[in-house]
Amino acid sequence: MRIEVTINGHKTALEVAPDEILADTLRAAGFASVRRGCDTTNCGLCTVWVDGRPTLSCAILAARMDGRDITTIEGVAGEAEAFARLLVAEGAEQCGFCSPGFIMTVLAMKRELADPTDDEIIHYLTGNLCRCTGYMGQLRAVKKFLEVRP
Amino acid sequence: MFTVKELVRPQTLAEAYRTLTEHPDNALLGGCAFLRLGNRKIAAAVDLSRIGLDYIRETEGFIEVGAMATFRALENHPACRENFSGMLPRAVGNVLGVQFRNLVTVGASVFSKYGFSDLITALLALDTDVELHAGGRMPLAVFLDKPYTRDILTRIYIRKDGRAAAYQSLRNSASDFPVVNAAVARLGDRWTVAVGARPAGARLAPAAAAALDGGADPGEAAALAAGELAFGGNLKASAEYRRAMAAVLVKRAVLEVSKCASK
Repeated sequence: MRIEVTINGHKTALEVAPDEILADTLRAAGFASVRRGCDTTNCGLCTVWVDGRPTLSCAILAARMDGRDITTIEGVAGEAEAFARLLVAEGAEQCGFCSPGFIMTVLAMKRELADPTDDEIIHYLTGNLCRCTGYMGQLRAVKKFLEVRP
Repeated sequence: MFTVKELVRPQTLAEAYRTLTEHPDNALLGGCAFLRLGNRKIAAAVDLSRIGLDYIRETEGFIEVGAMATFRALENHPACRENFSGMLPRAVGNVLGVQFRNLVTVGASVFSKYGFSDLITALLALDTDVELHAGGRMPLAVFLDKPYTRDILTRIYIRKDGRAAAYQSLRNSASDFPVVNAAVARLGDRWTVAVGARPAGARLAPAAAAALDGGADPGEAAALAAGELAFGGNLKASAEYRRAMAAVLVKRAVLEVSKCASK
């Protein structure tokens, strides 16, 4: 079936199967930043924004996206890079496989939460898994990015 | 992963109900998060997102939640934060991550009567009604006891009666399914106690509630709740462990509500 979606600000018409998953559609359309890490809705790697809200693209049917607005990390590249630099500065960048989903969640949090506490930040990021190292360096970078108390 | 032959996007409930009941292989789509973990073969998948059920509003005396409202919407809505000691946002806030809660819907969770549900346990401690397209409106507890019928849950009504409430759950890690959970509420001298993830669905514990009405202490009520409900074992925990932990959670919730009410 044919759907019309806006991806990163560009209106696009796509032909999708009724049971096609959005993550697959986006990858097929060239958005290679979208990854499927766990395939059980646990890891957050496939996070994209649907109408501005962070959403698991591995769990949503592409056909239901007709008329919706989708943002991948390619659509917010400048902001993503600014945060990535903070991650690197904190020694918190690892293999990078989880980064696009994690960064999309952090950028969404910046829009949604005002002056969050550590607990609120951690609560927002629960559901984004990293399998390389820990989470403390990332937390420092997130706090710098959100411009909350260090 | 499930398969879908045809996606149907009805504009009205009547149309959605007609398609749903046309064939046993037809199904409604909620957030699809649970559905995707199985291998169900769906002939016609009915998408309810064009019927206008994605809302939460305050009406006279109620918080009305449309079936397509997401857990995240419930978590953020001022009416849910301000009523019942903020128990509803706390109950659903443990369900995986923000991205997941932006998907999963209130209607699908309640209609499916999931044993692991955090939301159903919380709603059961409140005065909650469920409205079904064909089956009509009924209290949540009545709905939970009814056998499954093919129907569409359209909305739930939570009475804004000012009760104080608390939600407790035990999880092996922050975003995991609950091993067991409990919700307790108090309106004046009347208490409500619900226990879920037993691992069967949430049920009320009337003996524990009656004891609290009569002035029983939290530990006594907790022991009654653990004793009057059935618990089962599965890969997450044994029945004995669940029973013991249910008592702890009920006691904590009662203590929490006592503090809310004395404010």
